[in-house]
Amino acid sequence: MRKVAIYGKGGIGKSTTTQNTVAGLVEMGKKVMVVGCDPKADSTRLLLGGLAQKSVLDTLREEGEDVELNDLRKMGYGGTWCVESGGPEPGVGCAGRGIITSINMLEQLGAYADSEGLDYAFYDVLGDVVCGGFAMPIRDGKAEEIYIVCSGEMMAMYAANNICKGIMKFAQSGNVRLGGLICNSRAVDNEREMIEELARKLGTQMIAFVPRDNDVQRAEINRKTVIEWNPNAKQADAYRTLARAIDENEMFVIPTPLAIEELEQLLLDYGLMEA
Amino acid sequence: MATAKKKLVELQPTDIKEELLKKYPPKVARKRAKQILINEALENDTPEITANVRTIPGIITMRGCTYAGCKGVIMGPTRDIVNLVHGPIGCSFYAWLTRRNQTDAGVDGENYMTYCFSTDMQDSDIIFGGEKKLAQAIQEIYDLFHPKAITVFATCPVGLIGDDIHTVARNMKEKLGDCNVFAFSCEGYKGVSQSAGHHIANNQVFTHMVGENDEEKPGKYKINLLGEYNIGGDGFEIDRILEKCGITTISTFSGNSTYDQFASAHTADLNCVMCHRSINYVADMLETKFGIPWIKVNFIGARSSAKSLRKIAEYFGDQELIDRVEAVIAEEMPQVEAVLAEVLPRTQGKTAMLFVGGSRAHHYQDLFTEMGMKTLSAGYEFAHRDDYEGRQVIPNLKVDADSRNIEEIEIEPDSERYKPRKTDAEMQALEARGFKFKEYDGILPDMEAGTLVIDDLNQYEAEKLVELMKPDIFCAGIKEKYSIQKLGIPMKQLHSYDSGGPYAGFRGAINFYKEIDRLVNSKVWGYMKAPWQESPELSATYVWE
Repeated sequence: MRKVAIYGKGGIGKSTTTQNTVAGLVEMGKKVMVVGCDPKADSTRLLLGGLAQKSVLDTLREEGEDVELNDLRKMGYGGTWCVESGGPEPGVGCAGRGIITSINMLEQLGAYADSEGLDYAFYDVLGDVVCGGFAMPIRDGKAEEIYIVCSGEMMAMYAANNICKGIMKFAQSGNVRLGGLICNSRAVDNEREMIEELARKLGTQMIAFVPRDNDVQRAEINRKTVIEWNPNAKQADAYRTLARAIDENEMFVIPTPLAIEELEQLLLDYGLMEA
Repeated sequence: MATAKKKLVELQPTDIKEELLKKYPPKVARKRAKQILINEALENDTPEITANVRTIPGIITMRGCTYAGCKGVIMGPTRDIVNLVHGPIGCSFYAWLTRRNQTDAGVDGENYMTYCFSTDMQDSDIIFGGEKKLAQAIQEIYDLFHPKAITVFATCPVGLIGDDIHTVARNMKEKLGDCNVFAFSCEGYKGVSQSAGHHIANNQVFTHMVGENDEEKPGKYKINLLGEYNIGGDGFEIDRILEKCGITTISTFSGNSTYDQFASAHTADLNCVMCHRSINYVADMLETKFGIPWIKVNFIGARSSAKSLRKIAEYFGDQELIDRVEAVIAEEMPQVEAVLAEVLPRTQGKTAMLFVGGSRAHHYQDLFTEMGMKTLSAGYEFAHRDDYEGRQVIPNLKVDADSRNIEEIEIEPDSERYKPRKTDAEMQALEARGFKFKEYDGILPDMEAGTLVIDDLNQYEAEKLVELMKPDIFCAGIKEKYSIQKLGIPMKQLHSYDSGGPYAGFRGAINFYKEIDRLVNSKVWGYMKAPWQESPELSATYVWE
């Protein structure tokens, strides 16, 4: 089983990219589990056809420790297992601690056991690595490969670089590696070249360039992944390509994060270039 | 071996200091050196010590945490206020009755000190926030006991997850109507020691309770006793003496105290400060807001007690009180002198070390002096520079990030209730006679020249000191108790008094003389080594020797 975590700046499209990619993997006949690590619990909406999922933490709270695996996961598109870690209301408690608790619970209940026959486990993690809790999926060998969703916008690249610092820290003591950057295009000037260069500097690759396409939003309105909503759409192929690239990926590295000046320079070099 | 040890005792204080620092890496040694002071009179000046700074990580400190200072020290000894700890159960359980504060349930029978209240936070409370559980706990306490006040204490996780305990308290106070509810942000990590917790507690007690009850209390000579925590019944003995003198204690902060005592504290005419470190903030605030002056007193030691009583009588300046105090001293002292005369031949010339508190290491030296015992070395766990060098250094104290972390509340004279207790002329007349208000000279002037004064002593240095100087008794707290005893030195806890007390006042002095006599003259320490270790039946040498 390959254990994959998707990180990236808030609002960059991690959940959308993850679910659409998972749909692509499912088409290839893979068995996948998606674990949403976001208190908003919206990481599996497209696979489940709506926010129909009761989160691990809500279930734990209501039913105590006496829970079964099937109380925590739900089957979605193409037989994917969908889990939402859940968490507190905004502004209270500790969401990071919540993620730690729910992942531990899933492990205890055997969600990752060989008998489950999983090919992939995907962790869709909220925003930046802000504290120990959000680093949970890259600690203790829970996720072994990381993909960072980014775009050609400064803050997205800045966040990607920061996440690389987190990965570097845990990579030295464990087996987590960076698998690549996924460019979720915002139609910024020279975006592809800029992200390819950023990836090179980080010691990794841009594994796919996902063009901006309104079909993604149309599918989302229908609570579906693009592949499910319109298998013939051009964007569906973009996600299939990404899924295949991840499935065939063999480049796993310990990233080399950039100094902030270097990052600024990159933006200057590419951002001011004639399109 | 025995001769070698004897030689070490003759070490100079500078040698001892050097020896203590030898093991440390250079940077640590440099920092610690500033906290180890050889007491010597400089020209009209006391030497400067570094205090109230963070313990260097890796050092096994004797200090406690901010929560310990707030909940354990200041609020713990009250009896009719329910102290609710918001946090995992350990913080409450291990702070439960361990300081041996005593309470007397009084006529109303309200005494909650023997209970242990906690919200018992679980994993899910950390994740989802504990505010609802806290509100529920407050409601439950109210329904069960109907106390006059419920106070809430934040433990570390509460600060980390950001539970808004003050809003919960305010809402519950409003909801309950006849119960004062307020909270302390006294997370354990908040300061460099328990001292931060004292300050936080002082602020909240003053803000939420002091001045709530304006009712005039009967009594001619009305005082507040600040910084007396009734450990082992100390407060009961002081109460007995004060009562005998005809002095009325309006409030004690906070041994065996009640809600009403705090609420009425502003009706007293004099504040008597025992533990300067933990309570001087309240003393200052009572003076600024209500015009009550404060003096430093000490009821540890029979002579110190007599001196303190005379000081109080002098303040009121009433011949009737002055005579009464003299009569009480004359009545109490013979029993004290009798016991002292009995133990003195056995205690004279013995030596002690005291590393405790923010005042105790100073106060208890008076008792040892009475017993003819010399204090070789002493220091505080959590005191500030003023407790060592005297209050004159306060304007020069460096405000660092850690002290800035603790709220400093602005107090102004109360528009209606501010009333100077003495006219300016009366105050000046007293001062002209050498009567000192608002003054504490610290520990240094009372210690012999060449003694070692060490701030925030740690496990390693404690053991080293004992090894080098071989005191006859070592006084500190529970964490040091057994490691010191293992070195073959009797150890007396001056936080909780082991199982003894009271040691304050006249009867307390008698108890202390007997206890210390028993400890320093015990034969038991002579049996630390097995007979065959002392004198092996067979002795041999190696061939190459």
